[in-house]
Amino acid sequence: MSRAEASEVSGVSGISEVSEITDVAAGSGTAEVVGVRKPSVLWTLGLLRNELVTTLRRWRTIALLGVLAAVPVLVGIAVKIETSDGGGGGGGGPAFVSQITNNGLFLVFTALAATLPFFLPMAIGVIAGDAIAGEANAGTLRYLLVAPAGRTRLLLTKYATTLAFCVVATLVVAVSALIVGALLFPLGELTTISGTRISFGEGLGRAFLIALIVAASLIGIAALGLFISTLTGSGIAAMATTVGLLITIQILDQIPQLHAIQPYFFSHYWLSFADLMRDPVYWDDLLRNLGLQGLYAAVFGTAAWARFTTKDITA
Amino acid sequence: MAERATVEPDTGSDSGPDSRPETGPDTVIATRALTKRYRGGQLAVDGLDLAVPAGSVFGFLGPNGSGKTTTIRMLMGLIEPTSGTARVLGQPMPRATRTVLPQVGALIEGPALYGFLSGRDNLLRYDSADPTADPRTRRTRVAAALDRVGLTAAGSKKAKAYSLGMKQRLGLAAALLQPRRLLVLDEPTNGLDPQGMREIRSLVRELASDGTTVFLSSHLLDEIEQVCSHAAVMAQGRLITQGPVAELAAGARGRLVVTTPDAGDAARVLKEQGVADVVVEEDRVTGEPPDDRDRDLAEVNAALVSAGVRVRGFGLERASLEDAFVALTGEGFDVAG
Ligand SMILES: Nc1ncnc2c1ncn2[C@@H]1O[C@H](COP(=O)(O)OP(=O)(O)OP(=O)(O)O)[C@@H](O)[C@H]1O
Ligand SMILES: [Mg+2]
Repeated sequence: MSRAEASEVSGVSGISEVSEITDVAAGSGTAEVVGVRKPSVLWTLGLLRNELVTTLRRWRTIALLGVLAAVPVLVGIAVKIETSDGGGGGGGGPAFVSQITNNGLFLVFTALAATLPFFLPMAIGVIAGDAIAGEANAGTLRYLLVAPAGRTRLLLTKYATTLAFCVVATLVVAVSALIVGALLFPLGELTTISGTRISFGEGLGRAFLIALIVAASLIGIAALGLFISTLTGSGIAAMATTVGLLITIQILDQIPQLHAIQPYFFSHYWLSFADLMRDPVYWDDLLRNLGLQGLYAAVFGTAAWARFTTKDITA
Repeated sequence: MAERATVEPDTGSDSGPDSRPETGPDTVIATRALTKRYRGGQLAVDGLDLAVPAGSVFGFLGPNGSGKTTTIRMLMGLIEPTSGTARVLGQPMPRATRTVLPQVGALIEGPALYGFLSGRDNLLRYDSADPTADPRTRRTRVAAALDRVGLTAAGSKKAKAYSLGMKQRLGLAAALLQPRRLLVLDEPTNGLDPQGMREIRSLVRELASDGTTVFLSSHLLDEIEQVCSHAAVMAQGRLITQGPVAELAAGARGRLVVTTPDAGDAARVLKEQGVADVVVEEDRVTGEPPDDRDRDLAEVNAALVSAGVRVRGFGLERASLEDAFVALTGEGFDVAG
């Protein structure tokens, strides 16, 4: 049996397998102690675990999450001050903002609507842009690769971690908003955009669903950021490019003359998450958004893979 | 692999299926016409044929910019050769990185660490990147590696607070997380204090006596001379020579040195006796001894004495590896462009 076959056959490692391989190595003369160790499916996930813990414990990540957590606090306090001055201060502001005083749960929707255009994707852009380029910059990439992390596995690990960060970041906004909303405003039944009333429990469920949709809306920029990250050896450059691209796309999405290509901008359907607050839910744009994010993930994920697996690592 | 088992003689009696490398079990690194031209057009490695015998401590020498690190990067599968092939542990690189690299520890162009992690967490991370590393033994192995490089006390310190030598030690520890068949060390003693250098030397000897092949590049030639059994010399991307260190140093022949107050007479006699390149420096006369030196040197001395030259000292100054190196790569200090 060749080594390649052996490594495919082995599932979870077993002591017996290891000792058998050691015998083979001993037969070849040198290094009795060094057997050909085999990778294990379970052990393969060790890098992902380490990456998640390392990323989330990093001071920079905590700072990003802190900024995101602060947004609902600021919005909540602003609304509180505004309304205590007397009288609901007319329209304007992000979606749902006028309803917050009646129901603190709306702060969750408002906070997500306020952070989705910029704060959330910027945070994702930082994490995704730094994913490979940051390691290249520090030189740690070469040591991960000779460990050997495997280029495909490393890329998948980085993308999975970025997506996990999307979920964590969105949940941080949502939970912070829920806490602030509960502290500053009454909670209770709420009125959907369609005018029907739903219970607080169902409202909470929809808020959670919205948070997940918002997190999923970031899949596209995460893939884009990762691709950019494979192009350069500078973490800062990759982060700046990703965030710059985000701003450019947001601006282009506002120019009416470009309406023919706007449906392909990753941010075009972002605010469709509000459709989850309709009764019945209006799914068309939500599904279009998810499809578009999937397309971005496929295209830029493949591009990142093609680039990274053939790249010379000279850093 | 099955068909090759029938071709090659079965040396290991109870070894079962043959797992020996295709280039024979004795060559741990074998390259054929290995060439790398960087994207800028720089020809960094040019037609390299390297053969590193198993169990050797192999010194990889060359002036700055001669292509050592580039070669190591190709061997580790980090960059693709422009042409030619490289085999490590008998497997083609970079194709077989998954099976080869878990058996290889490497220090490439200095250590690289996560400054925001402690030394210990750095090692835990590198170890978890290896899918063949058992997570159940990870902490013990990391502790053992830290201990081996003398960093146990500093293991909890953030790596950004490490000194250059401490970083170098931590990089070495990462290469020693597992028992390895091959260690590739690019300037391992860079930045180390004398104790650290001695420690590395004895570590290398210890590993070599365990059967690990050590491939190390260094500019410290006396160091190479002390620990290496074999060496290769690169210059401007080309391999100039390779072989056992003793032969390399012997290749650059020693010089005959005569100390005498009668330098002029001595020089004349020496020339008559077939000594080439005679140089007179005050009371020292040196030259290249004639070819059959073992037989002739006594006669040369006798000739000097019978010509009335007062000989105070007479002997061969053994060529050091440094002399050999300079003879091979030239005196010039400027880095080739
Ligand atoms: N990423 C790169 N892109 C272009 N050229 C490079 C790159 N890296 C190295 N080179 C060139 O390749 C040549 C060999 O460099 P290399 O780093 O292999 O030398 P070295 O033998 O390791 O030198 P040193 O002793 O200084 O470490 C040099 O001329 C260098 O300028
Ligand atoms: Mg170098």
